[in-house]
Formats: sequence, C-alpha cells, structure tokens
Amino acid sequence: MTVETSLHNTPLADVHLSLGAKMVGFGGWNMPLQYESILAEWEHNRKTASLFDCSHMGEFMVKGDPLACGLDRIVTQPIVDMPVNTCRYGAMLNEEGGVIDDLIVYRRGPQDWMIVVNAANIEKDARHIQAHLNSKAHFEDASFKTAKLDLQGPQSREVLKALVPGIEKLSYYTFDQFEINGASCLVSRTGYTGELGYEIYCPWEKCKEIWQNILDNATVKPTGLGVRDVLRVEMCYSLYGHELDESISPLEAGLDKFIDDKKDFIGAKAMAARPGGCGIGYFESRSRKSPRAGNKIFDAAGKEIGVVTSGTFSPALQVGIGIGFVGRPNKDVGVEVFFGDEKNKAAASITKRPFYKNGSLKS
Amino acid sequence: MEIEENFLYTKEHEWVSIEDNIATMGISDYAQEALGDVTYVELPDEETEVEQFEQFVSVESVKAASDIYAPMAGKVIEVNRKLEENPGLVNKDCYGKGWIAKIDVRDMDESTNLMSAEEYRSFLESLEH
Repeated sequence: MTVETSLHNTPLADVHLSLGAKMVGFGGWNMPLQYESILAEWEHNRKTASLFDCSHMGEFMVKGDPLACGLDRIVTQPIVDMPVNTCRYGAMLNEEGGVIDDLIVYRRGPQDWMIVVNAANIEKDARHIQAHLNSKAHFEDASFKTAKLDLQGPQSREVLKALVPGIEKLSYYTFDQFEINGASCLVSRTGYTGELGYEIYCPWEKCKEIWQNILDNATVKPTGLGVRDVLRVEMCYSLYGHELDESISPLEAGLDKFIDDKKDFIGAKAMAARPGGCGIGYFESRSRKSPRAGNKIFDAAGKEIGVVTSGTFSPALQVGIGIGFVGRPNKDVGVEVFFGDEKNKAAASITKRPFYKNGSLKS
Repeated sequence: MEIEENFLYTKEHEWVSIEDNIATMGISDYAQEALGDVTYVELPDEETEVEQFEQFVSVESVKAASDIYAPMAGKVIEVNRKLEENPGLVNKDCYGKGWIAKIDVRDMDESTNLMSAEEYRSFLESLEH
C-alpha cells in the first residue's frame, strides 16, 4: 500500500500500517479505514473499548472576551454563559444561513477557548473565524500541533482511569487538563459513537507514546474511520459534507437544539428567513439491503422526494439504515419511503432518532 | 489467498464448478476479502435467463454494494436461500457453503472464456503490481 504524498499524515501513519490497517484519503489526510473486519470493530466499540486516531481534526485556540472580541457572533450555540471546563456543540454559518462547519467550543478559562472543527474545513474555518474576530482577540491555529485520540466504549472509563486518575469524575460534555505520559492533555467526555467515551487532545509529538500506552491494555482495540461512520449513522449524528454543507441550514438539518435563538450571530436572520423548516428524515430498510449516499428516495406513490445523505448496514438493527432530506410531511415517523433508483426500489420506513437506542453514552 | 484447483474463474473474481450441465457459482477468496463483511446478497429470481458475464447478483458489504456477473449463460435454477439469513457464509466459506446460484448451462463451449485455477492465480499476481 503506497502512501499518497499529497495527503497529510498524522503522527500514527506508520503505526497504522504496521497494525495492518487499510489506509484511505479523508479530508486531505491519510487515515486508517479499518484494521480487521468492520463488524468485529463495530462490536468491540459497542461492547468494550476502541481507540481511534482523530488527529486529522482541526483545533483553534482563541483568547478574548466572547462578546468584545467577536467570538460570540461567529457560532450558533450560546457561549457567554458556559462554565469553565464545559464544551458545547454548534455551527458557524455563512451569510445565507448555510453551514460553514459544525464544531465544538471548549471553554478553558473565562477568556480562553478551543474550537474543534472538521479536518476537511480547517483552512476555510480558520479564514472565516479570523475575518470575524477583532483586534481584541488572539487566534492560533493549533491543528498541526494537536493530536487527538478518541477512546470510546462501555469499558472506556475503566481503561482510562487506570492510566489517568481523575477522569472518572468527568460528566458528559465537560473536560479538564490531565497529565498523560508527562504531557499536559485536555481530556473531554465527548465523542461521536453514542457510547461512553473520551477525546484526548495531546501534543503532536506525544501522540504515538500515548496511543501505545492505551493499547497496552488488551481490552482496547484500534478502530478505523469505516466503523466510526457506521457508529455515527446509527446515532443519527450529522457528518459535514453529507447532512451539512454551505447550502444547508442547521434548522433544515434538525440542529435547532444547538442554536441560541436569543443571540444575533452571523447568518441568524438569513437562517430564520429560509422557508421549509426541518426536512431531514431517518429511515430503516425493511430488509438487510442498505441505502447508500446518493440513492434517490421516493414516496409510496413513486414520486422522488429526496436523496440519501448517509446510509449503511446497521449491525445493531441487522437492517439497512439511512438519512436524507425528504421534506415535510415525509419525515414523520411511520411514513413509508423507498430508496434506490427508478428501476430498483427497496422499502423502508421513517423512524425516530437515534437508530441505536442502547448506547452507554450517559453512563 | 485460497483458490480451488478444480474450479474455473472470471476476471471479476467469480468461480464456477460445472457438473452434469449445472454450473454452481460464487465469489473467490480474493473477492470476499476485498469486499469485507457481506451484509446482504440480492439473489436473482429462479427461472431468470442470464448471458455469460451479465450482472445478475448484487452483494453488499457494510459500506458498499458490488455487482456479481454470471460466469456461464443459461437459466438460474436454484439460489442459495441460506444467504438470506446468513450472508456471512460468503466470507466464511466462499467456495463451499457460501455458493450463490446454480445455472442450467446453455452453451458449454463458453467455458473456454473462463480461466483455470492456474491462470486465475497468475491473474491475481498481476493485480498486485
């Protein structure tokens, strides 16, 4: 397997190859797709503990008063009232109310912020944020200095507290600084799988050591982006480029909970003025046949009503599952839809999110 | 990479075993490994007529769907219903219990368009480079 030189490598690129990973280009990065069978990796994450290399993601450090420096206007979620050591999910919008990126804001101090963004959008996001912060803010793109490892699964707390005493006190969507292998790391109780888990932000040069330290516990298995996508679709979490992009507003994508409707942020008025409202639907195939991104979606009468944005086989439900913009009233629970193309349609029905209801997330 | 010595093979990695004019087919070890865990097999209807190398089955893995082509022309006379409940048989035993369909062969001469086990082995080696 040759490594494409035009892709960025995380600190673990050679480690993944030595573990037998199939590598794939993702968002401009050379990433592990899978190490063994996707179904085996999925099961290990839902039942035990899995370790993901997410160092490709972007991290920006911002210092400043949220109102005075312009940060508050840039993101849709409320941040002024965030207690220190908490984090919140939200988005940045363009002037038309479409999503530039979804992101998590971490409040490290009264005027000390970390913003975590998708790998594919690092450059675009950095430009946008810097364009809208004023001289009272200090901005640093720390993406290439900051590695991230996600430890996820019902056993993740037991595994991590043996290495990092104190993390067991973290409640959902809170974080703190901990010393791991002699380095100060930010560990948050967050993740993208629907299971109990942690995201470990560490210095780039310490990543390999910390990865190995965690994997020395035989309970943990390395897990790739292939399974990460299956897990997040089972939870109905959006993926930028699929459920979100510059032409889709967060309201249309069902992210109304992450919007502060009391504050004026970039794109707020345009977003509110867009017609249509939430049009996203989550559907379960009536068989093992799975919807795929790009498949058309039809109503019971055969009329084309939308396109699949994400689809996969669900190992939890043992049927195919999919997400797509079907519009109202087609997005209502119980509505019959079909996916595929004009010649080949498979039956499905709209269901309530999430598909997977037994996650250990809030344990 | 396992190859059954007595079977014939296609460039799309199907295998076929012909006995008494009936061709039993499936996908090779190379194919099942490349696909990953099979989650669904869309079997053709019995009585379907197929041409040699015509797409007639679809095999899905967790993240993708792949077309499977008929190694010989004829009429589909039986499909492996066990794959409906247990599509993983294609991974676990691709040359045995993971067989996909049986075709009543129309023209035995078309088997000259297929590769022997040795030719398939060389073909696989050429793919590695």
